[in-house]
Amino acid sequence: MHPQTELLQTATRRHFLQQSSAGIGGLALAGLLGDSTSAATKPVDPLAPKQPHFPAKAKQVIYLHLTGSPPHLDLFDYKPELVKHNDKDCPNEYLEGQRFAFTSGVPKLMGTPRKFEQHGDGGVWLSDAVPHFHKVADDLCVIRSMTTDQFNHAPAELLVYTGSPRSGRPSLGTWVTYGLGTENENLPGFVVLISSGVQPNGGKNSFGSGFLPSVYQGVQCRSKGDPVLYASDPQGMNRTMRRLSLDALRDLNQLQADELGHPETLTRIAQYELAFRMQMSVPEVMNMNDEPKHIIDNYGAKPGESSFANNCLLARRLVENGVRYVQLFDWGWDFHGTGAGTGLMSGLTNKCATMDKPIAALINDLKQRGMYEETLIVIGGEFGRTPFREGRTAKSKVLGRDHYPDCYSMVLAGGPVQGGTMYGESDELGFRVARDKVHVHDLQATILHTLGFDHERLTFRFQGRDYRLTDVHGEVVNGVLA
Amino acid sequence: MDHEVFNELVKQGPVLLKMNDRDTYEVPSTKFALVSDLHVHVLGAFMVVVIALGTTPCQAEQPPIDFNRDIRSILSNECFQCHGPDENERQAGLRLDTAAGAVAKTDSGSVAIVPGKADESELVARITSDDADTRMPPAESGKKLSPREVQLLTDWVKQDATYAVHWSYAKPVRHELPELMTHQAWPNNGLDHFVLARLLHEGLAPSPEADRHALIRRLSLDLTGLPPTIEEVDVFVNDKDAQAYDNLVDRLLEKKTYGEHWARMWLDLARYADSAGYADDPPRTIWGFRDYVIRSLNANKPFDQFTIEQIAGDLLPSPTDEQLIATAFHRNTLTNNEGGTNDEEFRNVAIVDRVNTTMAVWMGTTIACAQCHNHKYDPISQEEYFQLFTFFNNTEDADRRDESPFVQAWSESQQKQKAELGEKVVALKAKLNATTPELQATQAKWEAEVAKDERQAVTGRFVRVEIIDREEWLSLAEVQVFSGQDNVALKGKATQSSIDYNGPAQLAIDGNTNGDHSKGSVTHTKKDKNPWWLLELPEPIAIDRIVAWNRTDNEVGNRLSGFRVSILDEQQQPIWKQDIAKAPATNQELAIGAVPSDIFTIVKTPANRRDDAQKKTLADYYRSIAPLLKPVREELSKVEKQLAGIKPTTVPVMRQLAEDKRRVTKIQRRGNFLDTTDEVTEGTPVAFHPIPEGAPMNRLTLAKWLVDEDNPLTARVIANRYWESIFGVGIVRTSEEFGAQGDLPLHPELLDWLATELVRVDWDLKAFVKLLVTSAAYRQTSAVTPALIERDPNNRLLARGPRFRLSAEMIRDQALFVGGLLSDKLYGPPAKPPQPNIGLSAAFGSGIDWTTSEGDDRYRRGLYTTWRRSNPYPSMATFDAPNREVCTIRRDRTNTPLQALVTLNDPVYVEAAQSLARHMVKAGESNEVRALHGFRRCLARTPNETELARLTNLYDRAHEHFSAHPDAAKQMATEPLGAAPEGSSLTELAAWTVVGNVLLNLDEMFLKR
Repeated sequence: MHPQTELLQTATRRHFLQQSSAGIGGLALAGLLGDSTSAATKPVDPLAPKQPHFPAKAKQVIYLHLTGSPPHLDLFDYKPELVKHNDKDCPNEYLEGQRFAFTSGVPKLMGTPRKFEQHGDGGVWLSDAVPHFHKVADDLCVIRSMTTDQFNHAPAELLVYTGSPRSGRPSLGTWVTYGLGTENENLPGFVVLISSGVQPNGGKNSFGSGFLPSVYQGVQCRSKGDPVLYASDPQGMNRTMRRLSLDALRDLNQLQADELGHPETLTRIAQYELAFRMQMSVPEVMNMNDEPKHIIDNYGAKPGESSFANNCLLARRLVENGVRYVQLFDWGWDFHGTGAGTGLMSGLTNKCATMDKPIAALINDLKQRGMYEETLIVIGGEFGRTPFREGRTAKSKVLGRDHYPDCYSMVLAGGPVQGGTMYGESDELGFRVARDKVHVHDLQATILHTLGFDHERLTFRFQGRDYRLTDVHGEVVNGVLA
Repeated sequence: MDHEVFNELVKQGPVLLKMNDRDTYEVPSTKFALVSDLHVHVLGAFMVVVIALGTTPCQAEQPPIDFNRDIRSILSNECFQCHGPDENERQAGLRLDTAAGAVAKTDSGSVAIVPGKADESELVARITSDDADTRMPPAESGKKLSPREVQLLTDWVKQDATYAVHWSYAKPVRHELPELMTHQAWPNNGLDHFVLARLLHEGLAPSPEADRHALIRRLSLDLTGLPPTIEEVDVFVNDKDAQAYDNLVDRLLEKKTYGEHWARMWLDLARYADSAGYADDPPRTIWGFRDYVIRSLNANKPFDQFTIEQIAGDLLPSPTDEQLIATAFHRNTLTNNEGGTNDEEFRNVAIVDRVNTTMAVWMGTTIACAQCHNHKYDPISQEEYFQLFTFFNNTEDADRRDESPFVQAWSESQQKQKAELGEKVVALKAKLNATTPELQATQAKWEAEVAKDERQAVTGRFVRVEIIDREEWLSLAEVQVFSGQDNVALKGKATQSSIDYNGPAQLAIDGNTNGDHSKGSVTHTKKDKNPWWLLELPEPIAIDRIVAWNRTDNEVGNRLSGFRVSILDEQQQPIWKQDIAKAPATNQELAIGAVPSDIFTIVKTPANRRDDAQKKTLADYYRSIAPLLKPVREELSKVEKQLAGIKPTTVPVMRQLAEDKRRVTKIQRRGNFLDTTDEVTEGTPVAFHPIPEGAPMNRLTLAKWLVDEDNPLTARVIANRYWESIFGVGIVRTSEEFGAQGDLPLHPELLDWLATELVRVDWDLKAFVKLLVTSAAYRQTSAVTPALIERDPNNRLLARGPRFRLSAEMIRDQALFVGGLLSDKLYGPPAKPPQPNIGLSAAFGSGIDWTTSEGDDRYRRGLYTTWRRSNPYPSMATFDAPNREVCTIRRDRTNTPLQALVTLNDPVYVEAAQSLARHMVKAGESNEVRALHGFRRCLARTPNETELARLTNLYDRAHEHFSAHPDAAKQMATEPLGAAPEGSSLTELAAWTVVGNVLLNLDEMFLKR
């Protein structure tokens, strides 16, 4: 067990105690109070593994965020009526009182230019842009009735990850780590992997700790350069020399601890030892050279590069090593059609090729390792895209869609999920949810639920109020779960 | 006594403050022991007033219940959500947050509380009911009362259910200093009396005074954010003056570094950053505000004035630049520049943030809930929220990308520099305009040569620029066609082979030579075979010179390689052409005639036939090219460039809208700016002191209201925040929340004494800091016993001196300081110290990596570091520095392995260790002297023998290692600091760097002790 500061410790304890005294949950009390005999002098580790509210269906989450939001109507939600009405004026009832990011006036409806077919035993509709998903269709649960409140990227993404469109709240992975701790103390509890060269829209807020202690924030790891910031010893210092200097540091700190009697000094000694081990363990887990060639090929990964495929493989390595929450962000899914790269034909084909193959490989890889059952995989963007052509590019050859919050699709996979199914439905033209609406808060509640949390009881008191990821909303969507 | 009467008394009187600590100590094993302990001792002392008022002839064995101490938090946590101030959520017609509501008939006709009669009170019946259907709180709420809470509520009803206004909503009252039975000599000032009285109540005693080494380091860090130098330590340790300590405090308070250090806290509150926030998070120039804060603190501006300037400096009579810049406090809100966003929506978000931040910073009140609905715990309605909103809703700023309105300001050094350069320009121009015999002689020679030159201006109607040999894009930033000194191209019309990327032909004759395509002044054809650009002049004209300006962005300038410029006649037949193989980096000048045609005409005119004007024109022209004057011309162009390079700093400010442009403020349903209800006007919540009758309802009045002596909160909140900075934890632990959901003050009399003291000294912040640090409580040693740690782990009672982790900025500044690297440059644009390259961009924005600043700026104090919200400086973020998107009242102080990686491996800290090593080697010849010097630079104190031996032992082993590995030694000693001084041993420096690295990572370095 690696200890933390008394302040952090007491802050954390305090919140847990408040929860229990207020009757909102005995979360993790057992883990925290187990050795209270010498609690004051033996600080508690805020990252120690903890038990959730009830038995979990999933041990870990891999969340694959397609930043910018993919055109769900050209991938997951087949709308033959929309195809039939292609190029007709968008009916006024869908425009009245609505605001769109880049469209004004009356846009033209646009049926998908992609080919759709049903796949697998479950008959899941998928387009030809994601051929690798066809083979794992029976592992996927496509939610076609997602809805959100935001239609600009940054606020929408913050809503997905922090439950609020404004910055400042803790992120999903932070809540999970706060609730579960970590299984491997030599690795960060919550790891973030970013591909395609651009940060998420919410910047570090999308994986930040908000007002929760920073020890729970996402740690960005990289497959290129230092795998985690400052993990490399300075030039000229080898491991032996580092060990020698840490021995001296420990001895000197111990003298202080003996003289002044502050437990935090002992904590610091322990943290330096942990840092020393992390310097080895993080590069180890982030180095995929020991993977067999066929595994690397399945993902389409290339050691030494930084790509979504590499990150999918790394995500598997991380959860295999006890990381509870791995968050991927992949830039470039904002399909406005402002250039061929964000058009619905070649652009979408090319972008999907970097995404569906590694995700299918991840599903198969987890299965063959017996880890699929306990892993939840979430795939999607921060909102959907309009059933009509985007205003700015309406006259161009390249087809594109504007941002759309009212109805869109996301995909779940992994053991806890009912694979080979489609949940919910959009209306005939895809503008509104026709059945089984799933709000972003509901998805959050469901993710927490699979991990064994009652989203209403996973709270943290800040500025006099108990905050939670789902704000004052959210209902678990049992229909997507096995 | 009638309850309403009593409540009135309570509002006016001192009763409110007669509460004690209900601080539930966090560590479970000590929680109950400590709390019960406090109750036993403290209740005896504080029950006096309640009894004196005669509210309750309570039974001897039953201690009187105090509403604020015992009851409010139970009601607030368990009941107010449905029976509180929010009438929209109120159930059963029952309101429990006021005495009147509690005794009123509910919808069912029953009465919740009959004072003194538990049997008749529905509340008692409900909370003790065995029937799950009637028991309160209801099971589905997830809330549950503990048996102790049920007992407290029942006893409270029995004792007449006395209500009191929330403690922090009543004005602080200054109490007599407690009398002390023992330790009378211990207190240095008033606050010590309160601290000591409490300690003695707890059965504790203060610790002895810390030694002078510890004191000077603690004081220097607390007052200036930097450790003392060895010389300062020696002076203080040997100072025999009885006032030595106070004198040291005064010296430190006078340092400029004081303002820099204390600005950090204020900048967290002001959410100051150097970027605008949201997805693309572009840079924002607002550092003038940061400098304003530093200057104000160093000038010891009284806090009330500091407040008024920041909230409403623009509304003061004839405001100074400084007062305008102060209003940037509320221009630190985020601006959303993402494409497709609605400016009005995000302007509203900014106003909401201004309301919330104002209430949080000055009044410790979380008001955000009331944006969407009436506050469930504190008496603030949604209508009142929007009344406050109205104060801020009438400024010009509107989520614009350019951050307007702003003021422009030149710094003192800029003004001085401008004046100096301006004088130089005048002198150089005079030199260029003066003729001399030498110049006259060379001019004559030159004239003779020009007369023979055959190159002459060409008279043409068209100018054509083209790529002749391939398929290519043609882009031109500008084409200038000079006839004499006139650019005649500006009068022409331009066409080109095709248009793409918004680059029509006329952009090359728009008078703007900026070659950055994104700035909208660059032409762009499609990829054509032999693309061309053609200028048609109004009439044939003598062309002397053509300058073609290339596109400069995105490294595509090479597209212009192998281009041809030609002059065509009326029939578009070429009469002059020139091919240029290499694409110019910026521009290519083509001379057609040897001299401009008008000059040529004069030269051809015999000297004796030239009139005066011609003579002057010719002489002027000659001087502009005379080889003799070349150095002067170059100097002039250099100076003019420098002068043009001095740009005023802009600072976004608050500016009130004109009367006829004022916005109407309406209550926003659930905080949605598009869904509004009733119109409201400016006002403050009725729970607080009123605004003076007749005062204009604007921000200035609001600012004065914040620092009004009747404001019950501001002085307490500020005093508590300073206390927290010095002692580690506030007297109110939740320094961000003084409302019903916050903690009660551990020591209410002390807090009120401090608050009234702050007002008594007219908000003199330096005097207030001095009061804190000259106290005996502050000067105690920080050593602890296990028993004391067990009893009071956070040192809230102050039985010992403060000891807690330094802030992110202090940790970094200290390392640079002891390494001798820290720059003492004050103010100015933010710096970019080394940070790791991540290779990512912000969403829709620029790269997040930066080019490291050179010179001083590499080593400036942390507070000058460029603060990009989406990417806070990573090493400081690891030490809990916030991203400053919203107001941060209190930072965490964590202790994590990632922090160890920063201070062990971040090149900034490695460089500091290398520099420290060089200082150690310079200090003397023996290893002991060197190690001692390094240790003292870092920690002020002298190491003991064991410590010294451990360091020299490490040195010996490192030396041995590096002797065998000279390449490693060189890296260890010089990467990234740079070459070692002449004649020094790299092996020694490398080994001392290892020792320095250990010193910088000592636990003691991260703490004040």
